[in-house]
Amino acid sequence: MSDVVVVDYGAGNTRSVRAALTHLGRTSVVSSDPTAIAASDYVILPGVGSARSAMEHLEATGAATALRERFNAGRRILGICLGMQLALEHSDEDGGVDGIGLLEGSVTLMTEGRVPRLGWANVEPWGDAYYFAHSFAAQSPDGVATSEGVTVAVERDAFLGVQFHPEKSGSAGLNFLERCLSPV
Amino acid sequence: MPLARLIPCLDVAHGRVVKGVNFVGLRDVGDPVELARFYSDGGADELVFLDITATPEDSATMTSVVADVADVLEIPFTVGGGVRSVDDAIRIIESGADRVSLNSAALADPSLISAIARRYGSQAVVVAIDAGDGVVHTHGGRVETTTKTIPWAIEAASRGAGEILLTSISHDGRREGFDLALTAAVRDAVGVPVIASGGAGSAAHVAAALRVTDAALIASIVHENPAGLPGLRREIEGLGIRLRPMKEET
Repeated sequence: MSDVVVVDYGAGNTRSVRAALTHLGRTSVVSSDPTAIAASDYVILPGVGSARSAMEHLEATGAATALRERFNAGRRILGICLGMQLALEHSDEDGGVDGIGLLEGSVTLMTEGRVPRLGWANVEPWGDAYYFAHSFAAQSPDGVATSEGVTVAVERDAFLGVQFHPEKSGSAGLNFLERCLSPV
Repeated sequence: MPLARLIPCLDVAHGRVVKGVNFVGLRDVGDPVELARFYSDGGADELVFLDITATPEDSATMTSVVADVADVLEIPFTVGGGVRSVDDAIRIIESGADRVSLNSAALADPSLISAIARRYGSQAVVVAIDAGDGVVHTHGGRVETTTKTIPWAIEAASRGAGEILLTSISHDGRREGFDLALTAAVRDAVGVPVIASGGAGSAAHVAAALRVTDAALIASIVHENPAGLPGLRREIEGLGIRLRPMKEET
């Protein structure tokens, strides 16, 4: 069995996440199968596509339920970009969409600075620069890191979500993924 | 604002990098994958691949280049040239590109911008504008249109372009510096980031562009000496521009 399940939304680019995992010596499979999500050592909810189509696909396939059960069982999940946003209760994207609801909070359109927020930026208090490409941002009591005043990481129990793309953030991103994947 | 970005642009024809890449340290300077990795290791913040032939027969070749690049590259990359439809964008993005760049096709049918942005988000859509004498040019700068540059940039952004890639035709290839006035004017007119393109001949030119905008596209200055990219970054940083900190590769 593969080390990591990269959750399939039905559309979009999961190639880069899988390439990064391969680089780290991990095997991965792209799947929305609830059984695979339940059984895997580690699950990544990647950041591709749009909120509405992603949620429709996750609910229709049973992946959303499997993710909630996995979270309740205390088993690890990493959300990346849209994947982090979907873990919250609600997103304003696409006219308003309910998320998977693992963590408290919601996702709103950014109003400060250039939007989309594109490029590398430092993450505090972690101290490295990572690559961002987003127009929406999380508002959550579970925020654990910020970048230029924006909440860019949320964590509760076994869920960690990051707004940046570790798979696109060079060696800093690979090191981050490696730390995520290392045994607790 | 995120850190300023340096973006090497690679011209690709029939699946091979062409034009001016001059470096003995690479086994195969025409191999997009090898060059992409080299630039990534050297400190490129992103890459742009421009398919300069972009005939229908080449689309399968480009798709496979995109997939091969995505398998080795851990920085974002944009693919332009030959993106004429939503299906083209799907093909390129689902092969592993982060963003597509639209040029003539967006001008011919601006709804293409919104259709791709709806599917993937505006951060996945770059609109490239080749500007000269206040108007937009198409077909690699050869055809002058009547569309004015700044109104077109505003329309593109309002339709969902997440970034404008602005090339000044009169400055392109001359290596005498970017068109700072045009870049600043377009950036002031839109709320999205703007990549300056055309005219980089020195670190000072790039630094000057990065004082007025978010990112700079570089071509011959880096292709002539790919191993010089880390040094170019240090020079630009020495001129007071903050770039992402580089670390030893793991």
